[in-house]
Amino acid sequence: MTISISQQRTQRDSRNDRFFKGAVTVAGLFVLISLFAAAVMMFKGGFEAFQTFGLSFFTTPNWDVPQSQFGALVPVFGTVYTSLIALLIAVPISFGIAIFLTELAPSWLRLPVSSAIELLAGIPSIIYGMWGLFILVPFLGEHVFPWFYENLSEKPLIGALFQGPPLGIGIGTAGLVLAIMVIPFIASVMREVFLTVPTQLKESAYALGSTTTEVVWNIVLPYTRSAVIGGIFLGLGRALGETMAVTFVIGNAYDLGLGLMNPGTSIASSIANEFGEAVDPLHKSTLLALGFVLFILTFIVLSIARLMLRSLNKRDGN
Amino acid sequence: MSNVEFIYLKRRIANAATMVLSGLATIFGLFFLTWILWTTLSKGIDAIGPHLFTQMTPPPGEVSGGMLNALVGSFMMCLLAVLMAAPIGIAAGTYLAEYVNHHWLGDTIRFVNDILLSAPSIVLGLFVFTILVQPTGGFSGYAGAIALGFIVLPVVVRTTDEMIRLVPTQMREAALSLGIPQWKVNTQILYRAALPGILTGILLALARISGETAPLLFTALNNQYWNTDMAKPMASVPVVIFQFAMSPFEYWNKLAWAGALIVTLFVLFISIFARVVLARKNKYG
Repeated sequence: MTISISQQRTQRDSRNDRFFKGAVTVAGLFVLISLFAAAVMMFKGGFEAFQTFGLSFFTTPNWDVPQSQFGALVPVFGTVYTSLIALLIAVPISFGIAIFLTELAPSWLRLPVSSAIELLAGIPSIIYGMWGLFILVPFLGEHVFPWFYENLSEKPLIGALFQGPPLGIGIGTAGLVLAIMVIPFIASVMREVFLTVPTQLKESAYALGSTTTEVVWNIVLPYTRSAVIGGIFLGLGRALGETMAVTFVIGNAYDLGLGLMNPGTSIASSIANEFGEAVDPLHKSTLLALGFVLFILTFIVLSIARLMLRSLNKRDGN
Repeated sequence: MSNVEFIYLKRRIANAATMVLSGLATIFGLFFLTWILWTTLSKGIDAIGPHLFTQMTPPPGEVSGGMLNALVGSFMMCLLAVLMAAPIGIAAGTYLAEYVNHHWLGDTIRFVNDILLSAPSIVLGLFVFTILVQPTGGFSGYAGAIALGFIVLPVVVRTTDEMIRLVPTQMREAALSLGIPQWKVNTQILYRAALPGILTGILLALARISGETAPLLFTALNNQYWNTDMAKPMASVPVVIFQFAMSPFEYWNKLAWAGALIVTLFVLFISIFARVVLARKNKYG
């Protein structure tokens, strides 16, 4: 009798074990499938646009809703251009913040400052957008852009960057807002990886008479190079896909130009503005195709970021 | 001045310059943080009042009204998103940590999950639109909640995975050696040890989705009226903020700032609270 009870129990346990394993396996595979399903569904949705326009989809700057003529060039360009401007501003600033927090600041200051910078990362992007539209745009439009226009638009070489209506909205403004948004991400990755540099290495350099700057450039950076690049790509991935903050300040115009004060558009802001109102199936399909392009773009950038960061994790484990 | 002294001087100046620049960079970051928070606070506080919580969103041109329907909509969609995504996320995290750790499948899922974690939220909104809104032919609160759920999912997967892997192997071995079946080891020992960390992950995910606008634009859409039926289009605070802030009506703008303040305070409160939970992290971790 006792044997059969224990047998029953063993059977029940092994059934429950199989059930539990089955349930968690399904959940694990669900994560895997959902990413690919997202890519496939968006490609399917955008297929009509890809088929209609072919490869010229990526080289046409046209965007004419009544005529059903759509090209991805302007939004793709706007997405990449604003993100690059954002990185140009954000990378040196984040680097400075990370150095300050790991090498320079007195220890009582480190925790409050790094928490404050991380708070910046938690603020919802729509708040950045509103701040950009109501505060930054009027400020730039009154004080900064007119000055650019007066003094720099006629200069050779850089002049092209400063042409356009000095109203405050535009590609440059979007780049600046994006930069403020990605600074906390890049800075916190850099800070974390700088902390992984073995103290012995740094102390050896100090003992040889290096200055803090020399330690940062010759010890800390070479040791953390790939993770630093990973952090930058992580920030780039975020900037490429950012929707709300950009939509508020970019101007939403299908103009192609290098001018920082030119209104432009990005993939995400085109989708946010037009998808809800798109009646024409081709228009909808085009926006889904743009979504697919954005997905692939961020997938590549984020994959690079993860691979770069992974090598650091491995070394960490050893 | 001798050559050597000159080199020393040059190095000292370079060092001082770098330090000053890095300090300035920090001030630059903190300056924008203060500026944005100050703007939200000062503009939002003007517009805040009991009417926000008792009245519906007004039609264009009206100079009264609140955000009750949007607050309720946000609350319901965020809650449902967490309720749906957290169990799946915890299960998937368990799978990664306990069943396919150090296995190519586990590494692949982790990689995909990390991508999902930083994927643009508007893309997730489009995805849910194509699988749910388009086939059923209607925007709904459910679709909005599912889109938000896809943002919660990777956060929970990641924290669960990390927290369970932090539990010492001895605890598993001790339990298994007593003859406890594996599912019980998972649910009654590992989850108990990893609970504070998992909760932190869920809270951080909640903080993130409560301010998300982009995934709701084409899933839950918006609704000017009182609605608790999740099968219908639903208002949410971020989407209402977007609509009202972009409009030319002054009162709408004012409401948008009030909404912005509510969302920001909520997000900051949750993230600080989550960090406190994490700080009191389990004794085993």
